[in-house]
This record gives sequence, structure tokens and C-alpha cells, in this order.
Amino acid sequence: MIHTLLVLLACQLAGEAAARLLGLAVPGPVIGMLLMLGILVALPRFAALARPTAEGILANLSLLFVPAGVGVVGHISTLGTQAVALLVALVVSTVLAIAAGAGAFVLVARLTGAGDD
Amino acid sequence: MTDLTAFWSYLSEGPLLWLALTLLAYAAGDACFRASGRKPYVNTVLVAVAILAMILWVTGTSYGTYFEGAQFVHFLLGPATVSLALPLFDNLGRLRRAALPVAAGLLAGSATAAASAVAIAWGLGVRGEALASLAPKSATAPVAIGIAERIGGAPTLTAVLVILTGIAGAVVATPLLNALRIRDWRARGLAVGVASHGIGTARAFQVNPTAGAFAGLGMALNAVATAFIAPLVLALFL
Repeated sequence: MIHTLLVLLACQLAGEAAARLLGLAVPGPVIGMLLMLGILVALPRFAALARPTAEGILANLSLLFVPAGVGVVGHISTLGTQAVALLVALVVSTVLAIAAGAGAFVLVARLTGAGDD
Repeated sequence: MTDLTAFWSYLSEGPLLWLALTLLAYAAGDACFRASGRKPYVNTVLVAVAILAMILWVTGTSYGTYFEGAQFVHFLLGPATVSLALPLFDNLGRLRRAALPVAAGLLAGSATAAASAVAIAWGLGVRGEALASLAPKSATAPVAIGIAERIGGAPTLTAVLVILTGIAGAVVATPLLNALRIRDWRARGLAVGVASHGIGTARAFQVNPTAGAFAGLGMALNAVATAFIAPLVLALFL
């Protein structure tokens, strides 16, 4: 577990460093994820070692958004007089985006014969 | 009574109580979700946030004090994002075979999210800073905030809109995709990750492991795509 945590933190650290030094728009942890993927591809045996810890964290991924969510409650007032308009735009656009994204995926999968097996 | 007051002020100033309450509220949220028969609108994050906001309000506790304890949970978001590499690795073969559908789903989802949000808000009279804050809301929080700053938005407002978008996506995804009769877990996951980042991804993992892996991929890809798409969309409306 300690080794996996160390690798996860090292990947995040390297990702943060790369994002800052190179001025990338992508956040450090996302770059860290790609580094971690590179490590897993290079050393497939590492996957078995990392699995319990990584899956333990991912199984409780929802929990990690709770502190930020509580922070948002205090800032609901920053939506100001446009609150209703912004909320309508946000909910409707999310519905449309999920429908468009899934629809486009299924359509192209059918056209290219990229079935799942 | 004064003992109790002293004890409260001791506890409420330290991180222990707020960390424990964060886990307790989440456990309560999860219990509600299970008790409802896993109804998507009884969202675990939403219930936990509501409980904690209520506790902070009743006890007159500032968010800063609360975050002293909650930061230990919040901090794990970084390592959790890195951990998403594991499900990606497990599904690498399927991802390679689905490269074209993934690209199509990403472009359609990302462009629709930004363009429809800005168009609807514009139509309802939203202008300027608020409109710029809305454009990147489907990307994961740090990316969205960075983009908002560059295109003239307000970072705090963007943070609020990002979290609300995540919750909206997590709540609507399952009933919406069922109604559309989309059964491909890859398509469902990718679309949810693109439209509603980590909160949507967390929800996808609750539903199906394949959906979770593709949601993580969608979130990561949209972090990059939004950086290009949001400024373009906004330029159409300014």
C-alpha cells in the first residue's frame, strides 16, 4: 500500500511539476494519470501490486467531492441575479451533452464496426 | 454546561470532528442511496453536502474551519485522479479498438456542453463575466478554473458551476441514457465523463466498471478538449 501511494504521489508530483514548468493548461493530476498509465504499460506486473490501493481509492471516489461541494453551498449567492438562468443552462446543457456524446459514440461505433467484445 | 461549551470549542476548532462528520455524512448519504433502491436522484454527494451544510449553518461554523478537517479527504482527489490510470490500463485494448467512437463522443459531448450552455444562458439574458464562467463548466475543476481565468470568467463562480454540473450529470445520466435506449457501457461512461467530469465518473463507477473506465477517459480527454473548445464557443457570443 505504501509503495502504491508513493508511486501515485510521485506521478502527481511529476505531473504538477510538468504542468508548472511547461505552462500546460492540463492539471498536474491528469498528467500524473498519463504517467501512471505509462508505468503500467511498461511494467504490467505493477498493476497487481497497485490494484488494492488504487481500487480502494476509486471505490470511494464520490466521497472526495464532498468537501468541495460543501464549499459551493456558501458560494451559491455568487450566482447572483442570474442564478435561475445559469442553473437552467447548466442542467439542460448537461442533458444535451450526455445525449450527444453517447449518441455520437454509438453511431460511430456502428459505422466503423467497433463493437465491444 | 461550561464544560460542554469548552469541549465543543476544543472539538470544533480541530480537524478531527469535521473529518469524522464528513465521513459520517457520506455514510448517511450512501445509506439513503441504498435505502431508496439506488435511485439516481438520491445522489450520495448531494445528500452528504446537504447534511454538512446544515450542520455548519446550525453550529455557525465557517467553511474555513470545516475545511481544516475536510482537507484530508479533499487532498485525495489528486491521487484518485492518478489512480484512474488503472481502469484505463485494464481497458486499454477496448479503448484502442474504440478510438474513433471515443473521438466522436468526445467532440460531440464537449462541443454540445459548452455551446448549448452558453447559448441557453445568453438567450436568458446572461452576459459578460458570468457567460465566460459558464463555458468551461464540464471540465474537471482545476482545468475549468484555469480556462475561465483566461477567457474573462470568475474562478469562484466557475467552481460553483463545475460542481453543480457534476451533480446534475450524476443525477440525470442513468434515467436519460435508459430513456435513449443506449446500452453500450462504453458510450454511456464516456458521455458522462465528458459532460460531468469526476462526479459523473464516480457515479459511473457505481453503475458499471466499464462505464467507470470510459468515464475516467472521457474526463481526462475533455480536460484537454475544453481548453480549445470553450474559448471558441465564447468568441461566438461576445
